[in-house]
Amino acid sequence: MEANKVLDAKGLACPMPIVKTKKAMNELESGQVLEIHATDKGAKNDLAAWAKSGGHELIQHEVENDVLKFWIKKG
Amino acid sequence: MTVNVMNSKEVTKKVFNKEELFILDVRNESDFQDWKIEGENFAYFNIPYFELLDGVEGIMDKIPSDKEVLVVCAKEGSSIMVAEMLSDEGLTVSYLEGGMKAWSEHLEPVKVGDLKDGGEIYQFVRIGKGCLSYMVVSNGDAAIIDASRITDIYLEFADSIGAKITHVFDTHLHADHISGGRSIAEKTNASYWLPPKDATEVTFAYKPLEDGNLVEIGNVKINIHALYSPGHTIGSTSFIVDEKFLLSGDILFIDSIGRPDLAGLAQDWVGDLRESLYKRYRELSEELVVLPAHFMIIEELNEDGSVSEKLGTLYAKNHGLNIEDENEFRKLVTENLPPQPNAYQEIRETNMGKINPDEEKQREMEIGPNRCAVR
Repeated sequence: MEANKVLDAKGLACPMPIVKTKKAMNELESGQVLEIHATDKGAKNDLAAWAKSGGHELIQHEVENDVLKFWIKKG
Repeated sequence: MTVNVMNSKEVTKKVFNKEELFILDVRNESDFQDWKIEGENFAYFNIPYFELLDGVEGIMDKIPSDKEVLVVCAKEGSSIMVAEMLSDEGLTVSYLEGGMKAWSEHLEPVKVGDLKDGGEIYQFVRIGKGCLSYMVVSNGDAAIIDASRITDIYLEFADSIGAKITHVFDTHLHADHISGGRSIAEKTNASYWLPPKDATEVTFAYKPLEDGNLVEIGNVKINIHALYSPGHTIGSTSFIVDEKFLLSGDILFIDSIGRPDLAGLAQDWVGDLRESLYKRYRELSEELVVLPAHFMIIEELNEDGSVSEKLGTLYAKNHGLNIEDENEFRKLVTENLPPQPNAYQEIRETNMGKINPDEEKQREMEIGPNRCAVR
């Protein structure tokens, strides 16, 4: 999937993956896609809930070698 | 203002003493709905930490200034962030050390009674998950029943009272938590007993626990008498300790009864469950003190934090023991059951030795309440 920006949040514990995601998102235009890599398992539910409450869209997520990958489209 | 830290033991004390506490839970809404810290006089407000990244001004009117406030999250990181923000606004608050992860793993030992020729029986209350396990101690020997995977607690406790663990039992193959029984037995060279009917697929050696088995602990011969009581699982076995305590496993609880569906055979086992509760247990002395493997709601805790009740009282008060009509009973225990425990199939496979997930994975599998009962 094509992303406009990639955020490496691997090795970071909660709340940092979301704190960084929020910052990175602020730099994007509406409709652009942010790709996030994280290793904190809690990130999955939290990113999904955060995206929803912020009006963004979690387009896709997958797990690759213990790395959680997310693609969120800015609302 | 300062940010304080509160640990699970301190929160447990507040639960036992029915103290007041205001819990600001900053996990996401579904996690909060699913499972939270329960206390009779606890009040709650849930808002996910990621709604507070820009500041806590919007929730200041939700936080009481006249109550102790505890900020809680999954692992502690987010609760520290929010606690610091509240502190900057002038509030004195605490965060829960280790978060819900630590809460789920906290065990509080409570003495539930003395044995008649010397010795004691302790209940280990896993307050966050509602799991209960036991240690029977007599003359320097100890037996453990239905141990959780947090094995260090039992080993350290036995050490602290100068007891050697000689026997380890599981009343059945658990579906809601990962048993620490095998690991404790390996570390202490104790015998590990399992009901063979629940153990047909296990990948390790064990001692078969059969109806009528008598195991003695310590040289004053405290009896642990096995009583076959199927229904929650086909092998479920109870113990009568010292002719005084009935360790009922997941068959009978204080305010509920066991569910027969977690191994996938509700319709087949409902008859066994009824037979165990309405015939086998009926034949026992009403003076026996029932010590179950779970509690469901915080109201089941006694004043001292223990969970126990006389069998006669349960026959008078527990709804699940007072359903005359067999069809009605069948309906209660097979229809409209609560959701099954998180990852219960994987937990069963772990307890059989078929899979060996790492500690982090085990934690994740056990997240949430136990849900082993029907009311």
